[in-house]
Amino acid sequence: MKKMVNIMLVGVGGQGVLLASELICRVALKSGYDVKKSEVHGMAQRGGSVVSNVRIGEKIYSPLIARGETDILLAFEQMEALRWINYLKKDGVAIVNEQKIMPLFVAIGRGEYPKRTFEFIAKKTDKIVRLDALELARKAGHHKAANVVMVGALSNYLDVDEETWKKTVEEIVPPKTLKINLKAFELGRKTV
Amino acid sequence: MEKVLLSGNEAIARGAYEYGVTVAAAYPGTPSTEILENIAKYKDDIYCEWSTNEKVAMEVAIGAAFGGARVLVAMKHVGLNVAADPFMTLSYTGVNGGLVIVVADDPSMHSSQNEQDSRQYARFGKVPILEPSDSQEAKDFMGKALEISEKFDTPVLLRSTMRISHSKTVVELGARGEFPQPEKFERKPDKFVMIPAHARKRHVDVEERIKKLKEFAEKTELNKIEFNDSKIGIITAGISYQYVKEVLPQASIFKLGLSYPLPENRIKGFAKKVETLYVVEELDPFLEEQIRAMGIEVIGKDRLPLLYELDQGILREKLLGQTYPEPVDMENIQLPARPPALCPGCPHRGVFYILKKLGLVVTGDIGCYTLGVVAPLSAMDTTVCMGASVGMAFGLELALKDKIKGKVVGVIGDSTFIHSGITGLIDIVYNKGVSTIIILDNRTTGMTGHQDNPGTGRTLMGEETHQLDLAKLCKSIGIKHENVRVINPYDLQETMQAIQEEVIKLEPSVIITNQPCVLIEKGKAWDKYQVDEEKCRNCGMCFKVGCPAIYRDGDKAKINEIFCVGCSVCEQVCKFDAIKKAGDES
Repeated sequence: MKKMVNIMLVGVGGQGVLLASELICRVALKSGYDVKKSEVHGMAQRGGSVVSNVRIGEKIYSPLIARGETDILLAFEQMEALRWINYLKKDGVAIVNEQKIMPLFVAIGRGEYPKRTFEFIAKKTDKIVRLDALELARKAGHHKAANVVMVGALSNYLDVDEETWKKTVEEIVPPKTLKINLKAFELGRKTV
Repeated sequence: MEKVLLSGNEAIARGAYEYGVTVAAAYPGTPSTEILENIAKYKDDIYCEWSTNEKVAMEVAIGAAFGGARVLVAMKHVGLNVAADPFMTLSYTGVNGGLVIVVADDPSMHSSQNEQDSRQYARFGKVPILEPSDSQEAKDFMGKALEISEKFDTPVLLRSTMRISHSKTVVELGARGEFPQPEKFERKPDKFVMIPAHARKRHVDVEERIKKLKEFAEKTELNKIEFNDSKIGIITAGISYQYVKEVLPQASIFKLGLSYPLPENRIKGFAKKVETLYVVEELDPFLEEQIRAMGIEVIGKDRLPLLYELDQGILREKLLGQTYPEPVDMENIQLPARPPALCPGCPHRGVFYILKKLGLVVTGDIGCYTLGVVAPLSAMDTTVCMGASVGMAFGLELALKDKIKGKVVGVIGDSTFIHSGITGLIDIVYNKGVSTIIILDNRTTGMTGHQDNPGTGRTLMGEETHQLDLAKLCKSIGIKHENVRVINPYDLQETMQAIQEEVIKLEPSVIITNQPCVLIEKGKAWDKYQVDEEKCRNCGMCFKVGCPAIYRDGDKAKINEIFCVGCSVCEQVCKFDAIKKAGDES
């Protein structure tokens, strides 16, 4: 990575967004880059929107990504991709999990979930990777590994060898779940 | 040494370890909580505790510092308000062992009730303040702060903000240093006993100290000038430095690590060397006003926002006139918000459902249960600060007397009640109030991430301890035994009856709910519920409990089987018997 890479991870509390960003950061650090990440804690486990900013490069100053600066938007949920789409650079990469999670108001019929998500995303970029991370995670052995599927898809865009990714997955996930998570990583990596 | 990624909070904890802290105290509060949680990893070397509130934490810290230990006390910005009383006089007494007060501000109020700029406390208390700009500095400044504290006989504020505390950046680890340990307490009443005669003398010392600190500010490497292009000069501190470096890499920068007291001579010298001088800081014009008072013309809050966090995008817009890229045309489609909600199975849900149903005025407090204000529960009318629900319920009754009697309750969590609700309750009893207070005792400090408190029977260091009995406590301060009710909040009938009976009494009452936070009782083997589609009439009653597990599917209600934990609150509100335990044949 000669230039700085800005990755914005967005999703919903409980989807494992923060673990995914931790994984990416550790990999980058191991590969000799400067890394910063910033995120909002506290509300995350109560079903609210979750955002994590990850910046990788030779030398990083701000831990935040400003609007229009994101190289890769890693969206764990469709509507959250749309919520943060203006943070993506024109023609940046949008990796979007097709999963839809209804906010409470929508769930009880007091609001509408947007229908044309991908159409709007396409106005910002044509570099869209759509995947069903939940289904791929189930294939790997457990629906909770969807976050590692997402990281697998992202891994294609970073200049880091596969071995480092896998070693870091091993460090960060509970030993019991390692096999499932490695499989999830591979399935995600193959989607691009 | 090893390089690792640490959050600012982890780095502060690491700094406390490396620089010989032996006592640490705090009350949890976002964004400061993880400081003590991480210090607990070094519990063999550092005694650490969750104190009952920030004032107590500060007092424990002061005692330890008087005793000669190196001490850290941590709190969120509003926590320093609670601890402000000992803090202001601590400035007079000074310390013995180094004492660092870590205060974590929350610009943009990600998880707070206000965004006060705690740097004002430095000037108010005449105490030096250090502002790190990343995790490495957070760790290093912890050491510097202890040094300054001991050298100048002063408490030192170490100010973090949410973007320092909760950002991870690279830190080089060091080993724990060797520092002299205290042997005995040295009596110095003229220094430690602040009667007026002593305090008058100590105030002279405080003013002398701040003069010496100004001289120190002129020399210290905490304040660094990076001289580049002389067209633009920027004075900045803390996280704002990072945004400046990103947006104006060619500018000359005066980075203040010690942001009070200011190095006046160096600032004047810097100002002379640059054509245009900016002050870039979040929230209040704290540096700006002091620099203007030196007779220096600067550009600051006339161009930069007074509210909320900064980032590099804002600086580009406000300082360079750059615009953001064209936003996507969303064709007037509004995305539904995704606010946090009480968890599925949360024991607070039933209480708020009943309070809404009874139409009561609810004075609320700080914790997960503040989410009771969010629709569809919409059952909270006031929230100001920790513990306020108790006194405010009484105050409302004093204002409206008979017009509100029987129609108001105060709602407070267990940890918040212990923090500062107890004194309010004693006030009600003493002053012959008749208020009803509901203590939502979920056996943890929930919102900040499940910290122990005196009601849990465990300490921060993982030891078993005496468990505070809230019912006994309430009785002992004068609430009549029959007016202290312990109820199961999952039983809506019992909950409603208790509230109805207590609010009409002409005596103070306390209702205590007795079910733990659903997140700490994950092993609960409850059966999940599901909707019988034959019986569901789509009346919408179950949506009123505001449970994330319940959703509308066509013209029927449904329950998400992954989210549902089987608390049964929705079953109890269904009028058509359409919600059943999964697997039950009806």
